[in-house]
Amino acid sequence: MHFAFDENQLEFRSQLRALTDKSCTPADIREAWASERGWSPSRWAALAEMGVLGLTVPENYDGLGLGLVDLVLLLEEAGRSGLPEPLLETTALAVPVLRDAGGAGAEQRRARWLGAIAAGDAVVAVGTASMPAVPGAGRADLLLLERGGELHAVEAAATRQTARRSLDGSRRPAEVAWEPAPATLLASGGDAVGVLASLADRAAMGTGAVLLGVADRLITMTAAYAVERVQFGRPIGSFQAVKHHLANALIRLEFARPAVYRSAWSLDHGDPEASRHASMAKALAADAATGAARMALQVHGAIGYTEEHDVQLWMKRAWSLAAAWGDAPTHRARVLERILGAGGH
Amino acid sequence: MEWDSIVAEYLAVCQIRRAMDLLFTDAQDEFRHQVRRWLEANVPSEARGTGPLRSLDTAEGFEAHRLWERTMYDARWSVVSWPAEFGGRGVGLMEWLIFEEEYYRAAAPTRVSQNGIFLLAPTLFEFGTPEQQARFLPSMASGEVIWCQGWSEPDAGSDLAGIRSRAERAGGSAGADASASGGWVLNGQKTWCSRGAFAHWLFGLFRTDPAAQKHRGLTYFLVPMDAPGVTVRPIAQLDGETGFAEVFFEDVSVPENQVLGTVDQGWSVAMATAGSERGLSLRSPARYTEAAGRLLSLYRQRAERDPVAARRVADAVARAVIDAEAYKLHTYWTATRVLDGGSVGPEASMNKVFWSETDLAIYEAALALLGEEAELFGADGHPSSWLDGFLFALAGPIYAGTNEIQRNVVAERVLGLPRV
Repeated sequence: MHFAFDENQLEFRSQLRALTDKSCTPADIREAWASERGWSPSRWAALAEMGVLGLTVPENYDGLGLGLVDLVLLLEEAGRSGLPEPLLETTALAVPVLRDAGGAGAEQRRARWLGAIAAGDAVVAVGTASMPAVPGAGRADLLLLERGGELHAVEAAATRQTARRSLDGSRRPAEVAWEPAPATLLASGGDAVGVLASLADRAAMGTGAVLLGVADRLITMTAAYAVERVQFGRPIGSFQAVKHHLANALIRLEFARPAVYRSAWSLDHGDPEASRHASMAKALAADAATGAARMALQVHGAIGYTEEHDVQLWMKRAWSLAAAWGDAPTHRARVLERILGAGGH
Repeated sequence: MEWDSIVAEYLAVCQIRRAMDLLFTDAQDEFRHQVRRWLEANVPSEARGTGPLRSLDTAEGFEAHRLWERTMYDARWSVVSWPAEFGGRGVGLMEWLIFEEEYYRAAAPTRVSQNGIFLLAPTLFEFGTPEQQARFLPSMASGEVIWCQGWSEPDAGSDLAGIRSRAERAGGSAGADASASGGWVLNGQKTWCSRGAFAHWLFGLFRTDPAAQKHRGLTYFLVPMDAPGVTVRPIAQLDGETGFAEVFFEDVSVPENQVLGTVDQGWSVAMATAGSERGLSLRSPARYTEAAGRLLSLYRQRAERDPVAARRVADAVARAVIDAEAYKLHTYWTATRVLDGGSVGPEASMNKVFWSETDLAIYEAALALLGEEAELFGADGHPSSWLDGFLFALAGPIYAGTNEIQRNVVAERVLGLPRV
């Protein structure tokens, strides 16, 4: 039992933090949210150069061939920095699906896409049947789409899209019309069930990881504001009512973190309980983030309710990601079902 | 390229890194089996006609629990993490957590010696003289001497540094030179002393320098409860049993060698104990994961009988189960940090809030499942284990420093918010 990250994993996070501190400031995020595409190609290129985009891509496709334990801190960092680019969708969702799906044409598909993804030259979006709109569809070159128990890989040119506006400016969802064809089929039957199930688990863990970072940023911003904002002649952070809001948010985050990290480890190691662990991670992280958002708004007061103040950028991420890939009550119900279904505890 | 070199370096060091590993070693698994085998053969049980033991807050139950401590001590299982010379096995933090998991899994008796072995002992190891360690630790480990805490006073609860019970140099001289070896005289009153009704010794803080500022001028004393001038008044708790007591001190003589640590430095000595209480040692996660397991069994039973009524409580059950497991994971996370040379500071206050609320959430969910049945006592005239656990859990957010105080500590010392 050694429940800690190694120095390289921590160092990789520091490198990503150095990059986002410089090129993913709140002003940069606003620019991305206001832009046509919703993200910055130059930042994406910098992430590719760092090796982040190819982290889960196998080495023979020019990736680093690493796992989710290596990735999880970077996803958390994406949340902390408010990174508008689809890091989670690329590294934790799309790449493993392309990497692991078998069937006809799998090898060509891997050769066509994985190296390009690692290089930052191709972007992939993922849409399941239950999604009202596919996040990031408009900026994707390839879409992995579920319909009727099958999973298809459809090039963007073969789809018709209707962009939907959304609260979280990083999400960029679109309704996607498309026709399945034998050439687009990625997985069907039992294969598709397996691919979709592990996709859902990685998505639960991955959104959980991003939400940890979102919660962390909301708490840090709010603590700083509570020190600086003076009312009744003293910083509002000296009032116990405010202290307790902040302490509660920090405690929820503190106890969500190890659950998310454990989930990454379980998925990497094929732990038989990995699904339950992923649901637990998402349930805890979603509550930590939405709780932090609620707290951040209340402590900031009216200024937090404005578009002008930066706190909204992270609150909106918290709300959209908490609902994505199953919200907290859904995952709690799943945890209970899995335990009770297993016939023991 | 800058990034290329970083990535190359990263990959090179990957070969020698110590990877995250959430499995126990073979040696740890073997230790677990050893613990399990011994507990299975020895834990008092109905089947063997040796249990369950009466509540340790009754005179009869207290003695039965002491006997159990003696049985464990004789087999060197009572304090596994202590050095062998004091009756332990010198095992590490992970092994202690494994021991605790097995202890709760076996539904073994509540540790009547817990105030001593979990709270005073870490302080004795850190501040005690070799003579004090040899004198107090073995009898604590064997259950021969049961300790209670003397922190709170009627006017010093959350504001603990407001302690007024005092200790004066014997002979009435304030000068250290005249009577330095003559010991001390204690006067005052302590309250909410858990196990106080039956305990043999008390550890606590007394004011030795009335002129000093609140947190200064306190000294940590070890006092036998049968010393002349000590009066104990048991207090019936919410569950009707005398789990705690008021203790009165009237001209109680205490020799110099029963001062723990430095005179007037008792606050920092005591805070080391408080850290243990809030942090890892008092509330090991197995306590909650086992209770969560029983909650799941209860849920399953109820759901078979009345699925609609059970489903009403499903989310609360899931929450409690998830939080218990989150506490366990957090403990392994923290234990790894400690074993890697880190320390636990004010973050221990987050632990205390989390375990106490998790405990309560488990029992609240159970009572919600039981509905009107919850408050009915059993045929034996005692509350059910759920009701009993609920009543006990209610104390959690209050003892060991109220959760409001802990939240202040988190806000001020972890998040850096201003004190005033």
